[in-house]
Amino acid sequence: MKQYFHSVELDADKCCGCTNCLKRCPTEAIRIHKGKAHILSERCIDCGECIRICPHHAKRAHSNPLEDIEQYKIKIALPAPALFGQFNNLDDIDIVLTGLRAVGFDFIYEVSRGAEIVSELTRNMIRDNKLRKPIISSACPAVVRLIKIRFPELCGNVMPLLAPMEVAAKLARREVRGMTGLDDKDIGVFFITPCPAKVTEINSPNHAEKSAVSGAIAISQLYPALTHAMDHLTTVESIAKSGLIGVGWATSGGEAAAMLGEKYLAADGIENVIRVLEELEDDHIRDVDFIELNACSGGCVGGVLTVENPYVAQARIHNLRKYLPVSLNHLDEKDVDAMLWEKELTYNAESFALSDDIMEAMEMMDKMEKICADLPGLDCGSCGAPTCRAMAEDIVKGVAKETDCIHKLKAKIQSVYDQLSSTL
Amino acid sequence: MSSIHLHYDVSGEDFTRAGEASGSVKKRLKALGYNTDAIRRVAIAMYEAEINMVIHAEGGFVDVDIYPDHVDILMSDKGPGIPDVEKAMQEGFSTAPDNVRNLGFGAGMGLPNIKKYTDDMRIETKIGVGTDLYLTVKVNQ
Ligand SMILES: Nc1ncnc2c1ncn2[C@@H]1O[C@H](COP(=O)(O)OP(=O)(O)O)[C@@H](O)[C@H]1O
Ligand code: SF4
Ligand code: SF4
Ligand SMILES: [Mg+2]
Repeated sequence: MKQYFHSVELDADKCCGCTNCLKRCPTEAIRIHKGKAHILSERCIDCGECIRICPHHAKRAHSNPLEDIEQYKIKIALPAPALFGQFNNLDDIDIVLTGLRAVGFDFIYEVSRGAEIVSELTRNMIRDNKLRKPIISSACPAVVRLIKIRFPELCGNVMPLLAPMEVAAKLARREVRGMTGLDDKDIGVFFITPCPAKVTEINSPNHAEKSAVSGAIAISQLYPALTHAMDHLTTVESIAKSGLIGVGWATSGGEAAAMLGEKYLAADGIENVIRVLEELEDDHIRDVDFIELNACSGGCVGGVLTVENPYVAQARIHNLRKYLPVSLNHLDEKDVDAMLWEKELTYNAESFALSDDIMEAMEMMDKMEKICADLPGLDCGSCGAPTCRAMAEDIVKGVAKETDCIHKLKAKIQSVYDQLSSTL
Repeated sequence: MSSIHLHYDVSGEDFTRAGEASGSVKKRLKALGYNTDAIRRVAIAMYEAEINMVIHAEGGFVDVDIYPDHVDILMSDKGPGIPDVEKAMQEGFSTAPDNVRNLGFGAGMGLPNIKKYTDDMRIETKIGVGTDLYLTVKVNQ
């Protein structure tokens, strides 16, 4: 089996095996084994639902501490547009960007700038009829990974374009190389991230061998230092170069609205996203050219590494956009090639297939149906699998046994007891 | 064991539950690592037929047999039957009522799409008795 990088991980000491995350994982990627909630690597899409739900804070996202920027001669910050929705009474993005300078970054490049360029290129590609419709946005890496493991025939509908974060990283590097004459290895590019999915995307990209981003710092981790810096600014530098199109990407519907008139659909929240993908697969969604999907409710402002309530953040983003020009960044035709994916998105059958041999898989499924029919059907999770069906699958795979089901075990003990008492 | 057999009852009462059988078959085909093009064709054909069972008949049952190289499906209902099959097969022909059309169904493309996505399609129908739809989707090598 392949190795997968994941930013979501378990802090085993804090986990008490309560089954909250088990029941909420949208890809059934969690199993509780010996009282601890382990993640099945081949199924995890790093959406962060388990981090959100865990009452004991036992699921966490791996990201870089701020100190990591010190390894580089030049330090670039790429703030996600969702960052701008995290502050009360903010009316000027430059206050946040100057704050980032104060905490140690030399150069700031808003991801919303990359977003405006991605929007323009997408519009061009739709106009030129170069893509299979409906086009599914590739901006949310949790969604892209979900399609990769569960929706084989939709892989070809995913827009083969870099996400704004990557585009911003490439353009920022180029600008800084030009200004300083430094090598890429001396330039650290750090994404200020709302979510673990982006961290995974940086470490193990879907689109290329290597990401142009060096690391990611969680919004929630940076928040105390950043707000402190913002409160103590003496001057505000003029850094921001984004229009309302780019900043709008922070919230659900923003990317789709930037399609300017194309027939679009925007869905947010992982369960809604799955419903849309299922219907697309059944060819039931027609008359739509562009589909924006965000794993988080509300869009990236709802990312699990943000601090503010997503709806409050959404309202703030809406306010901030009011005073911005439409778009301040435009596509340079010369850059188009550098913005396309280097490799195609391919289906990873291994995540859900019982075996890569169909005959063996059929035999396993046959057994599985029988085992499943014999389990109590309570989907209670106390065996460590999210449903009785998933439990049947684990038994067939040899990673669980029937008596891990406490109801089965109880019946067995009862029958032994009955036998014993009848012989007494 | 030469096939996986699956059986579903399709309720005619709750329109919002249509699509559950096709969804379940899709999930199982993915668990088998089945040919992905065949999965998509089974999903679309079954979905359309399931919707028809609910909006034109009062539900019924579905039998599915999954073989390594093809899938056989029977969709059976005890509805009103189809008076003119040839006409029903025409693109755009529909007797769906307005309330169903408002939900985005009733474009008259169901049966033509089923034909398009399957390798074999046979309709046995009798007025006042019901309709049996036999479908086969083969794995293209
Ligand atoms: N199971 C069925 N029972 C009775 N009539 C049916 C059934 N399936 C299809 N029909 C008839 O065939 C017509 C065409 O079906 P279809 O192509 O699926 O279009 P639609 O469902 O959009 O009307 C239907 O409008 C209906 O009159
Ligand atoms: S929610 Fe999951 S990770 Fe958190 S304590 Fe419960 S079982 Fe453990
Ligand atoms: S919606 Fe945004 S914040 Fe949430 S997982 Fe996707 S990219 Fe990350
Ligand atoms: Mg129909």
